[in-house]
Amino acid sequence: MKKTLLGTVVAAAVAAAGFSAPAFADGHAGGERYVLVSHAPDSDSWWNTIRNALSLAGEQMGVEVEYRNPPTGDIADMARIIEQAAASGPDGIITTIADFDVLSGPIQAAVDSGIDVIIMNSGTPDQARELGALMYVGQPEYDAGFAAGQRAAGDGVTSFLCVNHVISNPIVAERCSGFADGLGVELGDSMIDAGQDPAEIQNRVLAYLNANPDTDAILTLGPTSADPTILALEQNGMAGDIYFGTFDLGENIVQGIRDGVIQWGIDQQPFLQAYLPVVVLTNYHRYGVLPGNNINSGPGFITADALEMVEQFAGEFR
Amino acid sequence: MSDTAQSTDKDERIKEISKFRQALIRPELGGICGTIIVFVLFGIFAGNSGMFNAQGILNWSTVSAQFMIIAVGACLLMIAGEFDLSVGSMIGFAGMMTAIFGVTLGWPMWIAILITFAICMVIGAINGIIVIRTGLPSFIVTLAFLFILRGFTIFIPQQLQNRTIIGGISEAAEGDWLAPVFGGKIFGWFFNMLGDAGIIAVFERGTRAGEPVVNGLPMLIVWAIILVIAGHFLLTKTQFGNWIFASGGDAEAARNSGVPVNRVKITMFVTTAFCATIFAMCQVFEFGSAAADRGLLKEFEAIIAVVIGGALLTGGYGSVLGAALGALIFGVVQQGLFFAGVESSLFRVFLGVILLLAVILNTYIRRMITGER
Repeated sequence: MKKTLLGTVVAAAVAAAGFSAPAFADGHAGGERYVLVSHAPDSDSWWNTIRNALSLAGEQMGVEVEYRNPPTGDIADMARIIEQAAASGPDGIITTIADFDVLSGPIQAAVDSGIDVIIMNSGTPDQARELGALMYVGQPEYDAGFAAGQRAAGDGVTSFLCVNHVISNPIVAERCSGFADGLGVELGDSMIDAGQDPAEIQNRVLAYLNANPDTDAILTLGPTSADPTILALEQNGMAGDIYFGTFDLGENIVQGIRDGVIQWGIDQQPFLQAYLPVVVLTNYHRYGVLPGNNINSGPGFITADALEMVEQFAGEFR
Repeated sequence: MSDTAQSTDKDERIKEISKFRQALIRPELGGICGTIIVFVLFGIFAGNSGMFNAQGILNWSTVSAQFMIIAVGACLLMIAGEFDLSVGSMIGFAGMMTAIFGVTLGWPMWIAILITFAICMVIGAINGIIVIRTGLPSFIVTLAFLFILRGFTIFIPQQLQNRTIIGGISEAAEGDWLAPVFGGKIFGWFFNMLGDAGIIAVFERGTRAGEPVVNGLPMLIVWAIILVIAGHFLLTKTQFGNWIFASGGDAEAARNSGVPVNRVKITMFVTTAFCATIFAMCQVFEFGSAAADRGLLKEFEAIIAVVIGGALLTGGYGSVLGAALGALIFGVVQQGLFFAGVESSLFRVFLGVILLLAVILNTYIRRMITGER
């Protein structure tokens, strides 16, 4: 609380300085406004890292940043929020392409009305280019899943369960199909729609493992599905025995890696996905400089060997 | 006795009410006050944030129109004394059905649309028939359909296509005569004129450079206006409208005086399903895809709009115009909070506070009207 209060005071002071006189030596007044529109429902805790990184970047660059999301994760609502953000006339919009059909219109309209757009997290570099966005910052999902699948195949895995808590996001589901292809097996019925509620996820995992006791490995797609899955494995005694990999990090996942319940976590480094677009946009608007390519924020495999820094900032910046 | 009788056009059984009071005490009053307050507040706090430029106005009108479409159905049904919690799932289901018929099965889009309407209205009627035949609360029956329909909306596309989002609807609807009735825009020439005249902004770059940022009135808004007018007319100017009030007020008394209560209630369930399907069609043809999670929680948003608009949760009292104003307030507040730069995690807090204030205000107004305590 104290920290955020201090942040507000600092931001207000910066804003006041910006109004009273051109405070920056180069003559740029600062105070550009950037809006980040995510596709995540309020219940998705993973996006907290994005919010923290966004406000940190805003503070460091001396720009105004806003975070917006559809409360229930309805992508059609997200389209309206992007339209709204465009209407409010910001200097730049940072957003995801969770569903190309729905979001291409609003994003294209924002680009055409003169707002610079950077695509982060969900989407592909091709889609970003097609819509006229400046660049894509994120982790190519299929490739990350494929790399994870190859790694698991090397460890002797032949069958798996994919716990998908965002079944409505087809791009996230590519992690599962990439994993299956990396393993060299058919996806088939291995992917379950787990829903968002932790108790339901836990029980669906238990039910699946009961029905398919010879499953070699579990792949979860984020803390929302990983945390209840850890509990499920502790409950049925498979923790540490079954091969367990996950996308994204969180406090419980880090603990799971330390305890040996989870073999590895794939970090797509969400911090960079929110932080870098703000830095890129600000420098583009102030000095006209722009990196020449898309930025891959991940994948990085995190195992029990390199946990210290991750642990310190898990859930906050990692 | 006869000699004391004076010719008078006043009936002593009817209490005199002043014209002013008569104009004041309407179910819409709360909605009217709320609308004025909301616009004044956002005019002050978000006046120069782009909320009232062409794009901004289109943005909150579109969201309000969405609420209005489902609020009209929910309002009529609530006045008739019943609830429909399956509205949100019906939206997802209807969109998915159209996508499956039109894209997966490749049928002509107008057939897909008409069949979807037929299926959804039949489901609405089933809702109503179960409620009437079993005497169970509609709350429970439609709650069951909330899950049943959502389940099918996820299951069917997964079985057929292995995914939960079906795209390509815009391409499949190309050249269709019925699809633009839902996803199209009208009065484009008018907005082009405004753009040329510099009254509204134009795109600065890209393939649409020079075109106005708002290039037409979405059919979604047209449908909302049509439904509100039709609903208001039905409720206030027709015999059927009186039947709706009577069925919701006291069903037994209404039956005894010859009102076909069952028919009225089932018709209202069908109307709610019809409105949800219109919502779904507008969404599907605007965005070009159908997804299994469309319409989540929309049933509550419809009910909230209706309640802000002054209707009674117990039935027998309310107004379609009020519900439309409730939808407008809801839409303006939801989008306006974004424009005003309110921290987005506080959005629900504001929504809850406004809902509470609206309901308290409406309760006082209703007590004034009906004299109940």
